[in-house]
Formats: sequence, C-alpha cells, structure tokens
Amino acid sequence: MAVYTFKEAKAAPSTSRGVLFWLRENLFSDIKNSVLTLLGIYIVYIMIPPLLDWMIFDATWSGTQKEIVNSGARWIFIIEKFDQFMYGFYPVAEHWRPNLVGLISIAFLLSLKFIPNIKVKLGLMLIYPFVCFVLISGGWFGLEEVPTEKWGGLMLTILVAAVGIIASFPIGIVLALGRQSEMPILKTLCVGFIEFIRGVPLITILFMASVVLPLFFSDGIDFDKLLRALIGITLFQSAYIAEVIRGGLQAIPKGQYEAAESLGLGYWQGMLLIILPQALKISIPNLVGSFISLFKDTTLVLIIGLFDVLAMVTLTTSDALWLGYEIEGYVFVTMIYWVCCFSMSQYSKSVERKYHTEH
Amino acid sequence: MNKSQLPPATTGGLLSSPRNRAIIFQCLALLAVVACAFYFTSNMFDNIEKRGITTGFSFLGETAGFGVSQSLIAYDDTTSTFLDVFIVGILNTLLVGVIGIICASVFGLLIGIGRLSSNFIVAKLSLVYIETFRNIPILLQILFWYNIVLAALPGPRQSFSYFESIFLNNRGLLLPEPIFQSGSIFILIAFVIACTAVIFLTRWAKKRHDQTGEEFPLIKVSLAILIVSPLLAYFVTGQPITAEYPALKGFNFQGGLAIIPEFLALTFALSIYTATYIAEAVRAGIEAVASGQKEAAESLGLKKHVILRKVVLPQALRVIIPPVINQYLNLVKNSSLATAIGYPEIVTLFSGTTLNQVGQAIEIIMMTMAVYLTFSIVISLLLNWVNAKMEIKGR
Repeated sequence: MAVYTFKEAKAAPSTSRGVLFWLRENLFSDIKNSVLTLLGIYIVYIMIPPLLDWMIFDATWSGTQKEIVNSGARWIFIIEKFDQFMYGFYPVAEHWRPNLVGLISIAFLLSLKFIPNIKVKLGLMLIYPFVCFVLISGGWFGLEEVPTEKWGGLMLTILVAAVGIIASFPIGIVLALGRQSEMPILKTLCVGFIEFIRGVPLITILFMASVVLPLFFSDGIDFDKLLRALIGITLFQSAYIAEVIRGGLQAIPKGQYEAAESLGLGYWQGMLLIILPQALKISIPNLVGSFISLFKDTTLVLIIGLFDVLAMVTLTTSDALWLGYEIEGYVFVTMIYWVCCFSMSQYSKSVERKYHTEH
Repeated sequence: MNKSQLPPATTGGLLSSPRNRAIIFQCLALLAVVACAFYFTSNMFDNIEKRGITTGFSFLGETAGFGVSQSLIAYDDTTSTFLDVFIVGILNTLLVGVIGIICASVFGLLIGIGRLSSNFIVAKLSLVYIETFRNIPILLQILFWYNIVLAALPGPRQSFSYFESIFLNNRGLLLPEPIFQSGSIFILIAFVIACTAVIFLTRWAKKRHDQTGEEFPLIKVSLAILIVSPLLAYFVTGQPITAEYPALKGFNFQGGLAIIPEFLALTFALSIYTATYIAEAVRAGIEAVASGQKEAAESLGLKKHVILRKVVLPQALRVIIPPVINQYLNLVKNSSLATAIGYPEIVTLFSGTTLNQVGQAIEIIMMTMAVYLTFSIVISLLLNWVNAKMEIKGR
C-alpha cells in the first residue's frame, strides 16, 4: 500500500505580504502613484521638521524675556500671559471661582449620568445655572462682585458657548415642533423665524443685538453688552438646533406617531414620552456638530467688543512689555480651539458608531 | 392629518376638541407675537424720538465722503453717495464669494478625491488637512493669514517677483492689467458664437449616441472650439488686447491690477476652510455609490475613466451637489467676517462705516440682512431646482 506523505506547504509568495508588499501596493503601484508618493513625502519633509523645530526643539520655555536667544517659539510669553488667556481681566484673587464652576460643571454632568431619579435631576438642572451665575458674577453671600466687562479669555468663550447651547436647546425643540405642526399660523411663524436667522450671517445678528436691541426696550431696562451678545447667539443657535431636531423628527417612522395616538396619549404626552426621546437620540451626532460650529462661532463676539480668548491675542501683544508676540498667541489659541473641536468631533463619531446598530 | 379625520368640533366643551384647541392655541401665539412686536416698535419710536435719530432712507442720497480701498464701480470720495457705498459693498461681497467658491470647489474636489486615494500618503495627508482646518474657527484663520503671514511679506521694494510681471509684497498682489482696445468686441463675439456652436454640437452628439451608440469626443472638440475661435479672432483683428505691467516707481508700484491684502487673506482663508467641507461632501458622495454599481460596470468591460464618468459620477453628484451648494452659501455668509480685517464688503462698509457716520441702525442693519436673505433665497431656489432635476425618475 502506497504511503502518501504530505508535501511541505510552500510559503506564500514573498511579494504578497510584508513591508515590501505593503509599500508596493499602497505607495508605488504605478508611475502616477509613485510620483504622488514622492510629492507627499516632500510636502511632509518641508512642513514637519521646521514646524517641530519651531514649536519644540528651538523653543524657549522659561527664563525672562531678555534671555530669549533661540529662533523658535517663545512660549514664555504664553506662560507669562496664561492667566489672561484663561480669565481675561477677572481679578486674580477670585480665579478660584471660575475654577470651582468648572469642577461643579463636571460634577453636574456626571451626576446627570448616574442619578436615576428624574426629579432630583430636574432639581439639579434648575439649581446649576443659578449656582454658576452667583459664583462667577458675585454680589451675593459676601462674594465680591465682578462686572461682566472683566470677564474674558477662555472662560468667556466657554461661557458664551455653554449658555448658547443650553438656552437654545428648549427654544430649538419648540421651534422644531412648531415647524412640524399642522397649525398653519404657528408653522408660518416658526418657518419664518428659522429661515430668517439661517439666511443671515451671525455677525449681522450680533450687530442687531448690540445696536438695535437696546432701541426695542424702554429706558429703564438696561442691557449689559455680554447679555446682548448672549441673546443674539441664543437666537442664532436655536434656529440651527431646530433644523437638527426637525431632521430627527422626520426620521421617526409614522407608525410611532400612530402608536402613541392609539395608546390614547395626547400630543404632549406622545411627544415627550415616545417621539422626542427617539428623535433626540438620532440627532445627537448632528447636535454635537452644531455645538462645534457654535464653539467656533463664539470668536465673533470679539467683533462687537467682547474679550474672548481670540481677542486676548491682540490685547496681550499690545502690552508695551510684550510687543510682537502675535505668532505665539495665535498658535496657542489655535491649539486650544483645535483640541476642543477635534475631541468633540471624535466624540460625535463614537456616538454615531455606538448607535449604528441597524445593519 | 387632514381636517375630515378630526372629530367634530361640537363634542363636549370648548377645549375638548383638537380643532378648537388648535384654533385657540394659534390665536394665543399670534397675539403674543403681535403684542411683542407692538411693544418693541412703540419703544423703538419713543427711543428714536428721544435720541433725535432721523428715520427713513433719505440718507442713501447723501454724499458718503469716505474712501473705499477697493471698488468694482467708479467710486469717488467727494461725490459718491451712501447708495454707491451700498452697491460697492454688495459687489465686493459677490467678488469674494465668486472667487472663493471657484477656489474652494477646485481645492475641495482634489482633497476629497485624495481622501479616497489608494495611495496611503495622499489619503493621510488629505485627512490631516481636513481635520486641521475644519477644527479652527474661520475668523482665527482670517486673522492669522492677515496679521501674520501677509504682514511678514517684504515691502514693495523687496517684493517677490514672478516673470517680472507679477509682484507680491505686504501691500498686496500686483498683476498685469489687460487693456481692451477697439476691436476686442470681436473676440467676445467669437466666444459667444463658439459657445452656441458647442451647445448645438452637444445636442447633435447626444442624438447620434442615442441612434447609433457611437461615442463622439465631445469634451476635446468643444474645448478646441472654445479656445481656437477667440484666439483666431484675436490675431485676425490685430491683437487688440494688451497688458499694462506694474512697475516700481518711488516707494510703491504704479499701474497694473492691484489686489489688496485684505482680499487675499479673506479669499484664501475662506477657500481653505470651505474646501474641507466640500472635500467631505465629495468623499461621502463617492462612497454612497453602491460598490455593486462599479463591479457591474467593470464586469461589462468598461474602462476605468468611462466607469468614473458614466457610472460613478452621475450617481455621486446627486449626493454631492446639495451639501456643496449649502457650503457656497456658508462661504458667502462667512465673508462678512471681513469686517475684522477691514476688507470693504457689505458688512464692513454698511454696518460698520456707514452706521458710524449716519447712526440709523435699524435701516442699515435691515438692509444688510436683506442682502444676505436675497442671496440665501436665490441659493435655495437653485438648490430646489437642482434637486428636482437630479431626482431619481421612477418609471
């Protein structure tokens, strides 16, 4: 009886795996690709080493202004002015207050996630803005009052963005429901508002809020500059949020509405218990996107004379002791915005993946 | 829900029927809006009277009396009115819009295709570009290019020069200015005729393709017609277009077409920023074409560029065009940020300088907003038209 011995399996051709294969497949598959690869490598070569040199290797991190000898970035300017970039003109002795508000905000967000009782949650939601406001502006409980003209820097940027998103959220939901409703007058009002706001640039709305709005109220009511900007930003943002939520509402199958009706639920019950939770869940990625846009758009308040973190660049570099440090200032602010926006967009992508369970 | 499905209005009390409730609710809403509007306007008139602000649009006829650094129409400091300022502003906004849209589209298309490239480095570089510039506020980018990069350029005497006719310095970009002499109208006529010819050629080629299935090299032939006939007219009429070159005289350049640095910074930043969004739209559009479509085309033996042109692109464009048109609108709206660097567009000139001089905030802000609302309406009409045209036609 013949005995068959298995032949040793041949190794896979060396050209179909390994580094060389990957290189050939992904970088040098044909002449056109090779040219593109070389061009790409050249771009990386002329950009990255000088950038790293400037930012890290040749940079000056400490010492005094006179000791700067390197050709790279002079980060000591940022370190020197760090407080101003963060808090604007907020009194140094009171910096613990915005810091505490930051901590409270984190605790607040975590508590929303972990406290199951809806009534406690609602209570916290009502108390939270009040606590933050008292802490930042002072005037109560023996806290020194800090007028809004002194608020500035990253603190102001985050504050404007946070107020914008929180205040515009309920208005946005109401507008979206109004736009979807069958009542013609209500619908027209909502559509008119949304399309008007979305059709004009934010800067004109801010101008309107800062120049025209005071004319609308009688003399006794005096509006603070910051408050006017916040009103403008909230109006602007609520129109965009309304459109995002409308998208979510439209994605809910008609059967859900019918099911709510057939259970005998009224309009508000059906909306709050069945439709809106689903619609909001679908809208989360777009809501985050809209929040990112708002965060970037807060820079516009500098045009109407508020000192957000971007305005701090001009302000700090016009200090007679520190003239000519614009590049460091802009690069620092750029990095702040980039890190914030990039992490938010990654978060929104992860949420999208998490809920992407259909197929 | 249409009205016939609603329960009759007379069952039970006044509030129990949905229809009555709807009517009452709407009346209340309308009442609230009207009351607000009344409160605001009455306060407004009080305030206007108290502060002695004039109203109405008569200020448009007054002489403006300030200079404008860039104007597409004849503008004179001493005689031009605020209405001229308004028109100059709109035209400058449109100029930035059109040039920005062209640059952003080209750039966005390239990056979007690069993002899907099989070449690892090209794909990653495109990704880095998109993630970098999309996550930085556009105002910050405009200020950066204007205050850092353009300010760092050398002065007029040491300007960068290209071919001895294009100069770049910290006062802007100087290009040769074309001068049209008599006879240049014939070139325009030749161009119009060429366009008409191309339209007829396209129709004929389509008809022939429907009948015989033969391909006609339409793009090459049309391009040839469009280029050759104006060129021919140019030489036949004796070269009526010449150029005036910028030249350094004293401390600054004279002659030529001067492009101000504000325009350069604004257009560049807007194009770079908007291109990231267009690139993502292009990528999403191409990815949305089912891979089976491409495989089917391949199995029919079609060549790669034919697949791209006849199978992938027509389907991808349906997804790409609507978001891209929205980005065009965003670009035009973002051009209002020019007010931070002083490029003379509608917001800078009108909501800025004019408002400071005249003080009629309500009229001026409303006019500025009306300009943008008009753009927005035009763009959304365009969008609806495109959507209707691109709709999948069921049979």
